[in-house]
Amino acid sequence: MTGMFPLTLNQVVVRRRGRLVIGPVDLTIGQGGPLIVMGPNGSGKTTLLRVMHGVERINAGSINWAREHPERHAFVFQSPIIMRRSVFENLAYPLRLLRRPKDEISDAVNHWITRIGLENRGTTSASRLSGGERQKLALARALIRKPDVLFLDEPCANLDGRATREIEALLQETAVTGTRVIMSTHDMGQARRLAQEIVFMLGGKVHETGDAQSAFANPKTAEFAAFQRGDIVT
Amino acid sequence: MRRFLLVFFVKKLNLYLSGSKGKCGTFMFELIEGLKAAFRLVITFDPELWEISLRSLRVTLTALLIASLIAMPLGTYLAVQRFRYRRFVIAIINALMGLPPVVVGLIVYILLSRSGPFGVFNLLFTPTAMIIAQVVIITPLIASIAHQAMRELWAEYHDLLISLNTTKAQRIRTLIWDGRRNLLTAALAGFGRAIGEVGAIMIVGGNIDNVTRVLTTAIALETGKGDFALALGLGFVLIGIAVVVNLAIHALSRTEREGRW
Ligand SMILES: Nc1ncnc2c1ncn2[C@@H]1O[C@H](COP(=O)(O)OP(=O)(O)OP(=O)(O)O)[C@@H](O)[C@H]1O
Ligand SMILES: [Mg+2]
Repeated sequence: MTGMFPLTLNQVVVRRRGRLVIGPVDLTIGQGGPLIVMGPNGSGKTTLLRVMHGVERINAGSINWAREHPERHAFVFQSPIIMRRSVFENLAYPLRLLRRPKDEISDAVNHWITRIGLENRGTTSASRLSGGERQKLALARALIRKPDVLFLDEPCANLDGRATREIEALLQETAVTGTRVIMSTHDMGQARRLAQEIVFMLGGKVHETGDAQSAFANPKTAEFAAFQRGDIVT
Repeated sequence: MRRFLLVFFVKKLNLYLSGSKGKCGTFMFELIEGLKAAFRLVITFDPELWEISLRSLRVTLTALLIASLIAMPLGTYLAVQRFRYRRFVIAIINALMGLPPVVVGLIVYILLSRSGPFGVFNLLFTPTAMIIAQVVIITPLIASIAHQAMRELWAEYHDLLISLNTTKAQRIRTLIWDGRRNLLTAALAGFGRAIGEVGAIMIVGGNIDNVTRVLTTAIALETGKGDFALALGLGFVLIGIAVVVNLAIHALSRTEREGRW
């Protein structure tokens, strides 16, 4: 939309407590449909997404957006951060920060409350929501500023099939409106349903990347093939 | 904190009771008569008792307001901002919290006395001096409790607030607003400590009738004189205030736990 892409990661390294967490990573991400980051536990998916979002300090290398627009990013964290406020106020918060007019805020919030199926629960405290409802709330709160890039870190990790499908439907609608969805997941099925491009992480490095269809059909590396079959990959 | 206040009063009472043990038989009689008279004073809104209570509230609420305005932003800032001497400042606050009130009274006395650095303001033995002493006593307490609560909230919100690209001022405002129940709890703890404090305000206020006599200093004086009626009446008021404060803290922490906001 605003031409934030391509995003280039150049020899990016993240170290924590003397341990290499990810890197060196070289990656170029252009405009396009949903990009799915896959990989076993601890392979560095979360760290990679946080680095791209700009909330994780890097120890070497560089990250370049075609145009820098931090306020056009949104991030849904692996465990949703729910503010100690009502459902309504959770959704309103990102817009309040931008000092948007009151009726604009309440219109947008009411739209999203309906969209995530929390009608009539605007005034309940968000901490009372179920895990699935919280996740949807966090997603709606991320989308309420109509971001150009939406990062999601395993948004469906603890959800049942139905909640997962609801979120996937929302993501697909979002992608259609031109928001670039960049999401990590463990769930192969979900990756197949959503991905247009994939990034496969292994041991902190980008092991395979490319067009989703061809990667699923003809994996370039033995490890990604094994990962797809559900084998243990190291 | 909650328990501390109640224990405090019970100990006080015991202390006064054991103080005049010699004449045991008449003592019980005196005590019962004192209790009756005390009830009468409270129920009839005895002017002296009323005046002393109001003065106590005025002094302590003023001190609380000033202390909160200093301590709450300070506690929040310490939670959010990393800077070079942060740990040092936190250590100082914790050390000040442990300062005995009597010593605070002594220091404030020296500073305000005629020959002291602030002697020209003539503040010694005025309600202002008592307010200053109470501010010094409760600011570290409130700051410390506020800091603790704000640190937890910041850990919870950190990623979200960074992700939303908030300014430092927006972060502090968000934390203060969303942590307002915790801050109120901190304020109540400060209030409880200030209203029940006697040593410092006795020293800097001088317990002057109609000017600086407050609940605690009046109780000390009347007990010394053997006038149990007024002392106990004032004690009831003080206990009443403490109970209300503690119930409020309790209610707040419950709504917090149950996630009602
Ligand atoms: N701040 C840190 N300090 C020490 N180790 C860290 C830190 N952050 C991440 N790590 C380590 O780096 C590795 C990658 O972590 P990351 O969270 O990115 O993995 P992940 O692919 O998201 O895993 P999962 O699928 O379990 O969410 C892990 O082994 C983790 O323990
Ligand atoms: Mg992760």
